Amino acid sequence: MKKIILILSVLGLLIVIAFGTLSQREADPTHLMKLKEEYSRKYTPPVDHSRFAVLKQKFDSPQDVTKACVTCHNTTPHQVMNGNHWNWEREEFVSGRGIIYLGKKNAINNFCIGTTGNEKSCAKCHIGYGMDATDRVYIDSTNIDCLICHDNTETYAKAPEKAGNPDMTLDLNHIAASVGRTKRSNCGVCHFYGGGGNNVKHGDLESAMFEPTTDLDIHMGTDGPNLQCSACHTTRLHNISGKLYSLSSMNISRAFCEDCHTSTPHEDDILNEHTIKVACQSCHIPEYAKENATKMYWDWSTAGRLKDGEPYHEEDSLGNHTYISIKGSFKWERNVKPDYVWFNGTASHYLQGDIIKDPSQITVLNQLHGSYADYDSKIVPVKIHVAKQPYDPVNKILIKPKLYSDRKGEGAFWMDFDWQAAAKIGMRDAGLPFSGKIEFIETAMYWPVNHQVAKKEKSVDCIECHTTENSRLAGLNDFYLPGRDRSEFVDTTGLILIILTLIGIALHASVRIAVHVKNRKRGN
Amino acid sequence: MEKKQVYIYRSFERFWHWMQSILIFFLAFTGFEIHGTYSFFGFREAVRYHNIAAYIFIGLIVFAIFWHLTTGEYKQYIPTFENIKAQLNYYIFGIFRNAPHPTKKTVLSKLNPLQKLTYFGLKILVIPLSVTSGLLYMFYRYPTKRGIEAININTLETIAVFHTIAALLLVVFIIAHLYLITTGHSVTSNLRAMLTGYEELEGDDEPAPAPAENKNEEKSK
Repeated sequence: MKKIILILSVLGLLIVIAFGTLSQREADPTHLMKLKEEYSRKYTPPVDHSRFAVLKQKFDSPQDVTKACVTCHNTTPHQVMNGNHWNWEREEFVSGRGIIYLGKKNAINNFCIGTTGNEKSCAKCHIGYGMDATDRVYIDSTNIDCLICHDNTETYAKAPEKAGNPDMTLDLNHIAASVGRTKRSNCGVCHFYGGGGNNVKHGDLESAMFEPTTDLDIHMGTDGPNLQCSACHTTRLHNISGKLYSLSSMNISRAFCEDCHTSTPHEDDILNEHTIKVACQSCHIPEYAKENATKMYWDWSTAGRLKDGEPYHEEDSLGNHTYISIKGSFKWERNVKPDYVWFNGTASHYLQGDIIKDPSQITVLNQLHGSYADYDSKIVPVKIHVAKQPYDPVNKILIKPKLYSDRKGEGAFWMDFDWQAAAKIGMRDAGLPFSGKIEFIETAMYWPVNHQVAKKEKSVDCIECHTTENSRLAGLNDFYLPGRDRSEFVDTTGLILIILTLIGIALHASVRIAVHVKNRKRGN
Repeated sequence: MEKKQVYIYRSFERFWHWMQSILIFFLAFTGFEIHGTYSFFGFREAVRYHNIAAYIFIGLIVFAIFWHLTTGEYKQYIPTFENIKAQLNYYIFGIFRNAPHPTKKTVLSKLNPLQKLTYFGLKILVIPLSVTSGLLYMFYRYPTKRGIEAININTLETIAVFHTIAALLLVVFIIAHLYLITTGHSVTSNLRAMLTGYEELEGDDEPAPAPAENKNEEKSK
């Protein structure tokens, strides 16, 4: 009787434990439901701009539109002119440098290198009008381009190479009457084409994101939540959260998945534990450039080749440029698995004029900081873009060439295809020395991948990191990762011990069998 | 010399033994998958099953400890160096000559000195090492700013390596154990005893039989 009670109680306990751990509880819907409800609420604008008389006047210049806007929004210019979309720079504290103003003026990137001297072309993506090499535009509030961010007709566009001015054939009255909250189309016209073409820079921001499916991006998918950029990049008084580490150094004003999803969004405690060290993006963005290819490598050293004295270009099977005379050769990739780095939200940058100590090593233009030991760091997915850029071997600095001009003979590389002239004039404009010698060295940029979040079923599987073969995290070796790492000594010793035991058993057993057979024979 | 069927392993003991063997095999199988030795269930499922089995194993251990303490059976495992040489001699030489087991197996003393030493080592060192490192592994929390610096464990490595050591020692034990169960009176007598509870033993009052008698007994089978 006692025995039966004992066995039953043991079994009972086992069943309780098994039920407790085996049963998959349904995901608690409340938090996600609340989010979905919140973001599906339709926004009704408080005013109808088409009824304002001031917007029905004839606009002779884009500045007239701004003046009309300001008649009501009279504190807005102050907000905009304090922002980095206007100033193209941020005040940043960088350890080792102190407080600096970091922006497109002094940073060098991996694509068209720098804006200095090329403003007329670059300004196509400045939220202002009439940009040139002087700082005049930045102090005149009528040069704010309200429409590029607030046009809701999706027809407004800046004209190329017009210093930020729009095409004046547009119906500005119609556009001004439509203004409202920013949409993907407003942000996308610049941010999807960074680097001089669709998806060149980011890899996770491209024209397919104007109207994405949930397969491409679970948040912005038009067949799903259909979120606009500003749903996550929350904005107060024209101060937009979330930033780009090509031009940011400090861990402030960031946009996080956790802002909506909390840091413990999973039912599974083991997955929730991951969020201490792994950014959501690392698992939930298994690949980027899912629709169109992104540029992975840019070799400036081959730029300038001409056919019959004329620039030309070559394309790959997907229609991506593999060579353009004005820019050099490129490598493109689609459905790219990200690289992974530790990142604590701070970065340091190569600024123009910084001495490169070892040009044989790849020069990282925006070094993301972080390590396993740093409590603020998480593993984040990045696109690593590598370029070969012009470099002055005597002064040991990167060269900022003059690229754009609307006429020949001004030294612009895109017109004259002369590196010497382009470097000389570019460096003069930037106020930097130039020795007359040009070499090409490799530079790299890290682009954190934050968009094109996949459906949860498509998330990175455990085994893709927790494995000895081709682990996604093979490059991060400052910590112990179960399934990937082991003590070779312990494993080898253990294996030897097992083999010795088996040999011992084999010997012992064979002697026993031999003796047994012999005895039996003798017995017979 | 009188032989009789003795009820030597009680039902809980047998339940405990077989449950334990199933769990250890399962834990080893899932554990080495997590270790990256092979792939069968898939990493995530392997982790899940391993954790569930670990909880059941810990539950079983709690019951076993309770049983051992209340029945006094724990005394069986107190190691002794008495007769240890004779036992070693038996495994290295005697067994080939059909020499008798030097340790008499009785209900009150089921284990020979080598068994006592091995099982004691398992219970005191290997299983606690495995369970402790396993629990630390399971409940490992990465250090954060909000944590208490003094009790932070900065890396899983030490925990994982000790857990692997315990696992490898258990594998070695199981291999040796599986072989040594064939060294009873007959190849299967130990196994049968652990299944049925009954084993044919010499009478309690009798002295150890002489080698010749034993030989005869073997031949008569």
